[in-house]
Amino acid sequence: MLHRVGDFPEVPTGPISEVPHGTTVVAVRYGDGVLMAGDRRATSGNLISHRAMEKVFPADSHSVVGIAGAAGPAVEMVRLFQLQLEHYEKVEGTRLSIEGKANQLSGMIRGNLPAAMQGLVVVPLFAGYDEKRSTGRLFEYDVTGGRYEERDYAATGSGSLHGGTVIKLGFRDNLTRNESIDLAIKALFHAADEDSATGGPDLMRGIFPVVATVDRDGFRRVDDDELAQRTTELLEQLRSQRGGLPR
Amino acid sequence: MTMPYYVAPEQAMKDKADFARKGIARGRSAVVLTFDDGVLLCAENPSTTLRKLAEIYDRIAFAGVGKFNEFDQLRIAGIRHADLKGYSYSREDVDARSLANQYAQILGQIFTHEMKPMEVEIVVAEIGDEPSRDQLFHIRYDGTVIDETRFIVIGGDSESIAGRLSASYQPLSSLDEALRIAVQALGGPDRVLIPDELEVAYLSRSNGRRAFRRLDDDRVQQALSAIPAEQATEGGGSTPAV
Repeated sequence: MLHRVGDFPEVPTGPISEVPHGTTVVAVRYGDGVLMAGDRRATSGNLISHRAMEKVFPADSHSVVGIAGAAGPAVEMVRLFQLQLEHYEKVEGTRLSIEGKANQLSGMIRGNLPAAMQGLVVVPLFAGYDEKRSTGRLFEYDVTGGRYEERDYAATGSGSLHGGTVIKLGFRDNLTRNESIDLAIKALFHAADEDSATGGPDLMRGIFPVVATVDRDGFRRVDDDELAQRTTELLEQLRSQRGGLPR
Repeated sequence: MTMPYYVAPEQAMKDKADFARKGIARGRSAVVLTFDDGVLLCAENPSTTLRKLAEIYDRIAFAGVGKFNEFDQLRIAGIRHADLKGYSYSREDVDARSLANQYAQILGQIFTHEMKPMEVEIVVAEIGDEPSRDQLFHIRYDGTVIDETRFIVIGGDSESIAGRLSASYQPLSSLDEALRIAVQALGGPDRVLIPDELEVAYLSRSNGRRAFRRLDDDRVQQALSAIPAEQATEGGGSTPAV
């Protein structure tokens, strides 16, 4: 179909695809809590619109939210979600239960349904530390706000198929923090390897996935130095599997 | 037949003010004072669930005395005002001065136009990047706002507490010192307040984005029972005497 040039932009009636989209986010439960990691690429159609976008955010002190889908509405949804959790905490004097936070997010996704029908889909992942049960918990969503609790791992976005499979194959009970970080980096690497809309580690610019853990002590982001080191180790390992030869 | 009677505005205002003051005087007091790293809030409050001190925003705290439901209503309105402002503009655009003015508007409006004034007295405290930028706002039942940089006492016995505090207050003291000063001023010469009877919170520059923290009873006890540095005996045995 031809696009008109030099005219007012058409009011979109069908799907809108030329706005930035975010891509792959994975989450995995480990021994002490839960980890979430997201790549850094945002795309507009075939173009890369951002190389260093962040898709994993603290929702509050003990939970994390990751986004995939249309970047604008997704980031806005996170901002509002963070605000609502903090507002509740301040007004009531206690934090919402993890279940309560997950349901709150569910309602916001449901509210976005009309926009989603126009192509502005937002599908987050939510994870946190359940202080009552002393365990990490994670939640997947669908575009209608359907909320599905996953036991061990979850993935969302265009690279979720590949990323999710890597996590699935590498998962076992009671992973350590370090093992789960390595697994997440690996999952995002393979997702980027297979999906053009997912960004891999960018060693030249020093851009690495955003990786965050939530345990008893709360949300903590893994710093770039550690990620650089772990990414280098992963690449070494992948290279040695091919007999040390670049191909 | 009943006759509509005339009440002079002066008399009406005075009656309302007396009424509000009486209500406030029935409750216990709270003090808010600055220390080297921020602002300490300390209230006499035996309840562990009904709070007089609260977090409003990243660097702003609230203290209220008087009728609980009335100042709690103001607390929630303040949180809503701050959260909404921070969401629509930016977090750094939320400041205590604007919030104090909002409170003054509400209280002033109610004092002049409603039958019953609010029986409350509140403090809005904000910490800045350095001690000289800390701000305290004292808002009274009639909407009067007074800004302070050292300390504010609200509640029934505020005059005598303020008298004691102005004698003992030291700028740039440590958190523990500030707490001891506050508790002594609240208790007065005849009473020693124990942690169970106190509610303590503080805003600190070293607490990160959300600067508000509560101190639990154990921590308060630790601060109150600690010996001030200048009185501590020297030579604890760790360094051998020559």
